[in-house]
Amino acid sequence: MATPLRFPSSLLAEPDPFDDVGDGERIGPDAEPTRLRPVPPAAARRVRPTMLAVDRTLPVLPALGGLFPGGLRRGTTIGVSGVGARSLAIALMVRATTTGSWVAVVGDPDLGLAAAAGQGLSLERLVMVDAPDPTAWGPVVATLVGAFDLVMVAPRHRVGAADVRRLAARCRERGSVLLRLGDGPWPGRLDLRLVVGGAAWVGPDGGHGRLCSRRAGVTASGRGMEYTGRRTELLLPGPDGVTAGA
Amino acid sequence: MSGAADAPGGVRTLVVRCPDWPLTALGVGPSEPVVVLAAGRVLATTVAARKAGVARGQRRREARFRCPEARVLERDDAREARRFEAVAAALGDVTPWLEVWRPGLCAFGVRGPVRLSGGEANLVRRTARVVAVALDDLVGSAADHPGCGIGVADGGFAAGLAAGTADASVVDGGGAVVVPPGGTPAFLAPLPPAVLGCPALADVLVRLGLDTLGAFAALPATDVLARFGAEGRDAHRLASGIDERSPERRPIPPDLAVSVTFDPPVERIDRAAFAARALAEALHGRLSGRGLACTRVVVEVETEHGERLDRRWRDEGVLGPGAVADRVRWQLEGWLHGPPAVRPTSGITRLVLIPDEVVPATGRQVGFWGGASAADERAARACNRVEGLLGPGSVRVPEWRGGRDPGECLALVPFDGWEGDGSDDPSRVVAAAADGPPWPGALPGPLPAAVHAEPTAVEVCDVAGRPVTVDGRGVLSAPPHLLVPASGPVGSEATAAGDRVVAWAGPWPLHERWWDPGRRRRRVRLQVVTADGTARLVVLEGGLWSIAATYD
Repeated sequence: MATPLRFPSSLLAEPDPFDDVGDGERIGPDAEPTRLRPVPPAAARRVRPTMLAVDRTLPVLPALGGLFPGGLRRGTTIGVSGVGARSLAIALMVRATTTGSWVAVVGDPDLGLAAAAGQGLSLERLVMVDAPDPTAWGPVVATLVGAFDLVMVAPRHRVGAADVRRLAARCRERGSVLLRLGDGPWPGRLDLRLVVGGAAWVGPDGGHGRLCSRRAGVTASGRGMEYTGRRTELLLPGPDGVTAGA
Repeated sequence: MSGAADAPGGVRTLVVRCPDWPLTALGVGPSEPVVVLAAGRVLATTVAARKAGVARGQRRREARFRCPEARVLERDDAREARRFEAVAAALGDVTPWLEVWRPGLCAFGVRGPVRLSGGEANLVRRTARVVAVALDDLVGSAADHPGCGIGVADGGFAAGLAAGTADASVVDGGGAVVVPPGGTPAFLAPLPPAVLGCPALADVLVRLGLDTLGAFAALPATDVLARFGAEGRDAHRLASGIDERSPERRPIPPDLAVSVTFDPPVERIDRAAFAARALAEALHGRLSGRGLACTRVVVEVETEHGERLDRRWRDEGVLGPGAVADRVRWQLEGWLHGPPAVRPTSGITRLVLIPDEVVPATGRQVGFWGGASAADERAARACNRVEGLLGPGSVRVPEWRGGRDPGECLALVPFDGWEGDGSDDPSRVVAAAADGPPWPGALPGPLPAAVHAEPTAVEVCDVAGRPVTVDGRGVLSAPPHLLVPASGPVGSEATAAGDRVVAWAGPWPLHERWWDPGRRRRRVRLQVVTADGTARLVVLEGGLWSIAATYD
């Protein structure tokens, strides 16, 4: 097993997602600070390591491409809240599960599995974990973060700051994405917050019709990342149950 | 080391098999109906439970259905190993070269001990006596354990099968199956391919019409290799009764043993086990640095008083660092809780791991299309760990059931560790929903993203504040205007604006199982959207409204 070559970040195809993170916390091919001299750009293009953008992101539905241009960046923590948060959380996970990633949901017994299936989630890669005791919550989620590409948590208790710090570091190290559902207190920084708002349902009309689709706006805010401040209108879900662009 | 110079028929081996060891280790006798589960499936049963139709591999529910009076226990593999050490230690009188395959199953080469005992029959009788005495000491009386089966044949594979067919209840060696030298191919010939231990290959062989090992062995080895690859070649060698050891076995490089010295000596198992984990990692690192993997490892311990204990562990699969570390811990526990003859009298000063048999590491080939991928295995391991932290049944996976309610068409079933032998496909967990029959009357999609496990009671009121009812023809008494929490006061002033209904659809009556008075269910469903944009599914059943689901 050959050790992969290490190159400075200036050679990478993409900007480092954690430019604002201290050196000790870096992920990716330049996890160890290197002291190489700058390589001429022409040479750099030819020796660029085959670290594809695909390996650093998880795929998302085309409808969410406006929020996540290159996909869901691995190693991030994302908060999802607002009316329609569960639908958005499911929509974020759909494409990853169909491409072989596993999803763990901790402490959300209400998650509508039928709706998830309707959105296109591969249920054979979904694992539901009962809400652990507050003391066991940290270790359980940390175990899952190491092994699952996506972990969705909906803690009912007040999560400790140490747990949150450890989980964020573990996400960065393992390249998992932690989705936090709801808008309770979270004693730490989330890399990205998605808030669903302005939901308007189409369909029911004084007893006639049925709930058909919901138009909602999703606003992203976060720290120093390129998708901060983006807002997109979605059909969450669309008439066929799948999230679509509005 | 075993004789590489033996005939192609394989090393003459004696296998001792204690049937239903997981039960004996838990102190359960064969007459009581007991089932031992591992990862949600039946691992072992007593004779009494077997008579009731419980079989290995069944789910907990099926086992309980077949034998409701059976006691259900969880597997305790550390205890199995710990208690088996007493048997292994007793066999030290028969042979110094014992190889533990797994708790309950061990083997040794016959060539040396047979000279000491004067004939194979005597050796078998002596072994049976030694094991019977050890088991009696361990559990109390002969009625509390199912005895042991002994098999002798050329090669460990055939000997293991012979031990499996031996009638364990016949004591004193009478129930042993001794395959005469050179008779191994004839012994194996009538057996089905399933005994080879590779289900996929056995399945193909049966479908090809090769329903015995004899028929498979009759094929030319080169053709088998060409068609089935290395796995097929190894299976063919087994079926032919040729030495079961892989021909790829490598001589062991001399400097692979790893050791750790404790100063001061270690008295506590957890400390030694902690060191063992690091040691196992080091061994694994050294082996993989040379492209090797270990199939047999010797655990050796030295104590302060100069005692020296060792035990050989074999594994059919290739031992990973976690497996080696577990074996070391079990072994240490076994020695510490073992009979006084083997129990160390002082702290451990040195722990050595010696790889005794190595093969080239081919790595695990993971599935390309379908099958288990690396991510699947990682996920399964994590699930097992979480189940260990939170208790059985805490990790669940969806299974398609079908139904008219969004909550009932997918049920959660306990995750049952399908990664076990890597042959099971995780995708079987959810059958394709679209393949099922239609459910007339099912809720139209899109379906609610939050289905409440416990529905909250509400009042649905009309403009005048009167409760909305539905008559026998499924018609609402008035359009719904307000959703009021059932405990809260009724009246527009006391209600938050969020509870005002802005749009609604329905009502949809649903009358299920009207033919069955015990299970009939009559409901009316209504979709309502309140002023804050939240859509809910409210259900009227037995005159009470409740929020069954939210379109979150």
